[in-house]
Amino acid sequence: MHFYTYDGTFEGLLTVVFEAFERKAWPTGIQQEHLAQPSMFGEHIAVVTDEEKAGRVWQGLQKKLSINAQQALYHTFLWEQPGSEQILFDYIKLVFSSRQSIEDNFAAPCVLQVQQAAKQVHREKHRMEAFVRFQKTTDGLYFAVISPDFNVLPLIVRHFEKRYADQRWAIYDTSRRFGAYYDLKQVSLISLELPPHQRHTSLAAEAKDAEEDVYQQLWQVYFDNVNIPERRNPKLHLRHIPRRYWKYLSEKQPRQLRQA
Amino acid sequence: MENRLIEKLTILADAAKYDVSCSSSGGKRRNESKGLGNAEGMGICHSYTEDGRCVSLLKILLTNHCIYDCAYCVTRRSNDVKRAAFTVQEVVDLTINFYRRNYIEGLFLSSGIFKNADYTMERLVRVAKKLRQEHRFNGYIHLKTIPGASEELIKEAGLYADRLSVNIELPSEMSLQQLAPEKNYKEVLEPMGNIKQQLVQAKEEKKLFKSAPSFAPAGQSTQLIVGASAENDHQILQLSSQLYKDYSLKRVYYSGYVPISSDNRLPIITEPPIIRENRIYQADWLMRFYGFEAGEIVDEQHPHLDLDIDPKLGWALRHRHAFPVEVNTADYELILRVPGIGVKSAQKIVSARRFTPLHFEHLRQMGVVLKRAKYFITCQTKSLQRQEYTSELIRRKILLGDGSVRSALLTQQLDLFKQVG
Repeated sequence: MHFYTYDGTFEGLLTVVFEAFERKAWPTGIQQEHLAQPSMFGEHIAVVTDEEKAGRVWQGLQKKLSINAQQALYHTFLWEQPGSEQILFDYIKLVFSSRQSIEDNFAAPCVLQVQQAAKQVHREKHRMEAFVRFQKTTDGLYFAVISPDFNVLPLIVRHFEKRYADQRWAIYDTSRRFGAYYDLKQVSLISLELPPHQRHTSLAAEAKDAEEDVYQQLWQVYFDNVNIPERRNPKLHLRHIPRRYWKYLSEKQPRQLRQA
Repeated sequence: MENRLIEKLTILADAAKYDVSCSSSGGKRRNESKGLGNAEGMGICHSYTEDGRCVSLLKILLTNHCIYDCAYCVTRRSNDVKRAAFTVQEVVDLTINFYRRNYIEGLFLSSGIFKNADYTMERLVRVAKKLRQEHRFNGYIHLKTIPGASEELIKEAGLYADRLSVNIELPSEMSLQQLAPEKNYKEVLEPMGNIKQQLVQAKEEKKLFKSAPSFAPAGQSTQLIVGASAENDHQILQLSSQLYKDYSLKRVYYSGYVPISSDNRLPIITEPPIIRENRIYQADWLMRFYGFEAGEIVDEQHPHLDLDIDPKLGWALRHRHAFPVEVNTADYELILRVPGIGVKSAQKIVSARRFTPLHFEHLRQMGVVLKRAKYFITCQTKSLQRQEYTSELIRRKILLGDGSVRSALLTQQLDLFKQVG
């Protein structure tokens, strides 16, 4: 029995694959260092991330997999669910042990699982692209917070970079404590400490652009008036926007009192 | 000023909400010059209304003043409602500011007809032009084409819009004459044909010169109201099938008639025909993605879609001789016709079976709904059924569930019956 630990990065996991192949010691478990539970039995192998080894594994995969399948592997990594490392390992092992491409072999459990995990991550990515709501600050920055189920911030950056090329924006993941900031030229990763009460509600009043409240209110007015009450269908509504996403959405916040 | 804008938005969003088109994809408009917006990918639904419909565009009327008096329309001249009109600048500002906050994918602009068709159309075009040229906006724009607008204006609209649409409104010319005496099919089909021609022409030119201007790259669509007139599902599907063929439409949208008027030319109903609308959409999908002909789904002998079961299951139950299908060998087209197998799982089956003979467990994991599919398939000649069932019995088993366990489907059906009331 061989228990591997790594530093939680994608390169780290690829290094684990390299080490396991070199030792021919197939993993019984792969865990991140800070989450790992010591086990009384078996051999414990702490893998140190090595860019060169990781690179060799990735190049090997690039030779045998389509872009879509490579992407699905990375998505499965960002899925961050218990057991995802093992699924990835099984998949990679299957790739290297087969002569023909295995990416369409949905009868193999790891292939189907990677496909399904990637789909879940893709869905969450798509939802974040939809549900991010920017608020304009006094200095013209468009700011939004998210806390997605899976680690999709690295995946959505490109979408927002292309779409909002002429405005400065930042998106911050409050549960993973990092964010992305676009300065009209490029996107960089940022970390900042937000006070807990500010995580999902709107910006502090003094930080908001003068017109911000007006447009939030107009959006609420619009949202309320495109609804057709005769066709009310709360079940369908919830299926499309489950409650856990409401915290992001300005149209789902309490209505501001309208002055007559 | 703010309150005036709120009032306008209230009136003009409310009046536009019966237009059901919400698509925002297919434009392939890329942000190349560091401008605002990008519509190259698939469309995004940014929110959903409480009736479960997607909100992806700012869908408003420029004005609800209208010279026409169509019985089915809230905006009709004789209806006593508050009227309002946006200025071109107001629509532009709303669009840009909503877009920058990631509320929307773009603008869907329609209008009541004031003065005449060209006068109205010219305003709509001006909004789109301003967005594209002054604000370098690359988001999605859907413009409604006003019936009777001139060819030149439609041509100009296509330069700025991603999609154009002319609503055919009702499923037959006769109904249109009855309910909208000022409109006729000719005025609708002419611009539709015109747009189609421009689309073909632009495509040809694009082949020759890469820099040729594109014309409504997301194509054209139309909408018709279901349940406001007497046409049956057979007539409706024949019409849309013909529209898809003759005018290469991207979509035909169906809008279940919401009782908004007490006009005596209209049927008296208390609830919109939501289930019927849903079945028609399913049939529409069968025509566009599943290789069905309109005549296979409903015909003159059976002109109505079954409200209890979806049209694909209905077809399978009427054509038992085509089943069971052996999933390990059958053609993709035939696998697509099995109830409980959608496009995605059919594709997975066809690729996975090259590696290994498939079992029922494989199918379940791929997302096939075996509860339905099991009556119509075999895996390596094995069936999950120990006996032959009649179509009637299969229908009951699928609707009511096996044995005494009340299935979720039944509860759902009961829900639906309640809705039909």
